[in-house]
Amino acid sequence: MEVLAPAEALDIETEEGYRVHRTGELYGQYQTLEQQKDSATLGMWIFLATEILFFGGLFLTYSINRQAYGQVFAFSSRTIDLKWGAINTVVLIGSSLTMAMSVWCAQVGKKKLVTLFLILTLALGSVFLGIKGIEYHAKYVEHHIPGLSFDLYYCTNNPSACGLSGQALENEKIELEDLTAKAGGPDAVNAHSQLFFSLYFGMTGLHALHMIVGAGLLISLILQSLKGRFTPEYNTPVENIGLYWHFVDIVWIYLFPLLYLIDRH
Amino acid sequence: MATTTTAPAHTMPREHYLNSTYGIRSWLLTTDHKRIAWLYLAGVTFFFTLGGIFAAMIRIHLLTPNGLLVSPETYNKLFTMHGVAMIFFFLIPSIPAVLGNFLIPLMIGAKDVAFPKLNLLSWYVYITGGCFVLYAFATGGLDTGWTFYTPLSSVYSNSAVAPAVIGIFINGFSSILTGLNFVVTIHTMRAPGMTWFRLPLFIWAHYATSIIFILGTPVIAITLLLVALERTLHLGFFNPVLGGDPILFQHLFWFYSHPAVYIMILPAMGVISEIIPTFARKPIFGYTFIAASSIAIAVIGFFVWAHHMFLTGESTYAALAFSLLSYLVAIPSAVKVFNWTATLYKGSISYDTPMLYALGFIGLFLIGGLTGLFLACLGLDIHIHDTYFVIAHFHYIMVGGAIMGYLGGLHFWWPKITGKLYPEFLARVAAVTLFVGFNLTFGPQFLLGFMGMPRRYHNYPPEYQVLNVLSTAGASILAIGYLLPMIYFTWSVRYGKAAGPNPWPATGLEWTTASPPPTENFEVTPVVDWEPYDYKNRPDLGLAAPVVPLAPAHGDD
Amino acid sequence: MSEHIVSPKIYLLIFTTLMVLTGTTVYAATVDLNAYFAGLNIIVALVIATCKAILVVLFFMHAYYSTRRTKLVIFSGVFWLAIMLFLTMGDYATRSWEAH
Repeated sequence: MEVLAPAEALDIETEEGYRVHRTGELYGQYQTLEQQKDSATLGMWIFLATEILFFGGLFLTYSINRQAYGQVFAFSSRTIDLKWGAINTVVLIGSSLTMAMSVWCAQVGKKKLVTLFLILTLALGSVFLGIKGIEYHAKYVEHHIPGLSFDLYYCTNNPSACGLSGQALENEKIELEDLTAKAGGPDAVNAHSQLFFSLYFGMTGLHALHMIVGAGLLISLILQSLKGRFTPEYNTPVENIGLYWHFVDIVWIYLFPLLYLIDRH
Repeated sequence: MATTTTAPAHTMPREHYLNSTYGIRSWLLTTDHKRIAWLYLAGVTFFFTLGGIFAAMIRIHLLTPNGLLVSPETYNKLFTMHGVAMIFFFLIPSIPAVLGNFLIPLMIGAKDVAFPKLNLLSWYVYITGGCFVLYAFATGGLDTGWTFYTPLSSVYSNSAVAPAVIGIFINGFSSILTGLNFVVTIHTMRAPGMTWFRLPLFIWAHYATSIIFILGTPVIAITLLLVALERTLHLGFFNPVLGGDPILFQHLFWFYSHPAVYIMILPAMGVISEIIPTFARKPIFGYTFIAASSIAIAVIGFFVWAHHMFLTGESTYAALAFSLLSYLVAIPSAVKVFNWTATLYKGSISYDTPMLYALGFIGLFLIGGLTGLFLACLGLDIHIHDTYFVIAHFHYIMVGGAIMGYLGGLHFWWPKITGKLYPEFLARVAAVTLFVGFNLTFGPQFLLGFMGMPRRYHNYPPEYQVLNVLSTAGASILAIGYLLPMIYFTWSVRYGKAAGPNPWPATGLEWTTASPPPTENFEVTPVVDWEPYDYKNRPDLGLAAPVVPLAPAHGDD
Repeated sequence: MSEHIVSPKIYLLIFTTLMVLTGTTVYAATVDLNAYFAGLNIIVALVIATCKAILVVLFFMHAYYSTRRTKLVIFSGVFWLAIMLFLTMGDYATRSWEAH
């Protein structure tokens, strides 16, 4: 059984009946396109398994710390604007839908729609990142960034800076006093709340970093799809980058309740 | 005793992977797994030498009770940098990245790994991580111990912790990508007829190792990243003053670092499983059990990490569970030792250098492994934790085991890798020297630990001096055992005799192609229709005559 | 290359289910479930999140239609995470069990 030659052998039919298509090159170490696709897909799934463990370390850190400082975590979580988190969840799951649709379009040969759905996915991902920027800015204004004059009491002491007034301000003051008494003083509250926000920024930051990488990959896919590269015979990059994108979505599916929904009652 | 068969003189093939292209770019931009193996060989040898220099300084310093060579702060840096260099940049990559990279495609009949460019990237990532760590060594050193326990590492240490942990973090991705590459390669790139149970046990060992690379390394990566962030941004995850928990760091750290020791030993076990049948001229005993035990070690190894934390504050019940699991993980290792021994039984044994290393491995790994069980015992660990007993235990496994496996493998496959034979007599001398030096270095340390000498101390009470001096003397002999191969291997590349495709001879696909192999490994894709380690049935290799039974035949095959 | 093509109808159905589950989890956070059973809020939140994750993995990522090998990889990743989480949290949880 002879080894197929690489790129030069495009657009021929081999004796075994494999059609080596123009849109997909066979790399030199592989014997068949089937083997190449199989390897790429297995490779991406294994990479995602490593990512589960990578994020997992942060989830473990979160679990242990939340167990120890539940009330401070609950209060800190409530200072994050729920509406942006919820919108982001809808946006990101929506982007998973559009990503899955782009794979389907490639599978059924609708080449132009592949590009459209990829662009939609990128757009939704960008909206997500934009909203994250809004959230981070809000945290900056409220002095909730660890290491940058962090002070959980800043907002009740400077309500106008945080946009707090009236009943909401009173409620927050009472809750904070209650918390301070239970948690053992303002220094402890600040220290433990810094842990929460370190995790907030660390976990959503790592997640956002993965989304930025994903956005870069999407741009590459969009450029390739504009050249009509993805066909029913060859759409492995769309499928595999789709897997990556869905994985990033799943991480957010866990981040959202753990960071935003600790205690909203 | 006859060693290699007296065959007609071989010649080097005219074109092979080493001379097919020339120039520095053809090496630094290669995607050929065989050349990448050489790139890794250069890297790991460098870090081994560096770690060895630190070790030499430690042993010299410990010649006298009050320390001979350096200040206490510097001593802390020496043992830390010795550990970091040896573990992360030598032991973990050594066999997988050098021998694994070279041999896996050859052994399965493939042209290359599944992702050759990713393979090259792995090497560059390794080098980048190494540069960060070297920078840390050069600008203040590292004094936290290779275990980076917090809050010393994250808050109080005045050494170059941040660049070092970032370097190890980066290096982790080299491991992850290599493991990913190996798993996919073994799944999808096997030649026709190469079924799972015809694979060489070296492949099974590397498959198991790759599972650990893939599932364990990401955790140390995120953990060290957190330490770096904590150090630079003063976060508080592991700092008690800020409400953090040092034990959490230890859980996260050891979740990887215990399986990491299986990363270091499993490939060596794979090497031994290749060498023993070759030089006993017998099929390996219990192939399926050895293959299964490799996977079992990789899996069970993930359940035992907190045996490093018996004395640091974990709950008694957790300690009990981890102690029991640690005993369990010894079982698959024992299975292997039994099977190798059974392979030797009634074999036609020859004592070529690889076999000397393999036999040494079995004995020394046995001692190292059994002393691990001492440490897994909760009551006993109270006394010997953090003493030289631990140091002796893990050096028996990592040097007596892993490094002997690495050197044995290098010798065994050197003819394939370079097409040249190393000088056999000198190599045997080196192997014996290494064995003697090693035991003299680390044997006394068991006694020292049992007698209570703590580890990571720059001084000790005078009654420990005799054993320390013995240990240092042994280290100097050990050093000769390491230097000799470096010299004669280098010599053999230019002046060695041409080896021919199969000098030993051994079964296995890698021996069916030329030495050194052509860039594409095989002229024609092989089709496999034989069982592995078929030593009784290979007249083409001069292995047709079965071993003469000592008693009337009773069908014990 | 044969592969199962999942129809957009299924994708839309899964998306709708995910939206419903998202709404549910937000609503559940506004109810004090801990009054009924200690820790019920977090349990409900994690169960819902896991259901969402399973739907994404099975249908958006095509795991439902994939090989046993792929399923093994997914299972391994999750199982190993579980080892790390449960054994570590087990240590913390059993510290108060010390016999006095």
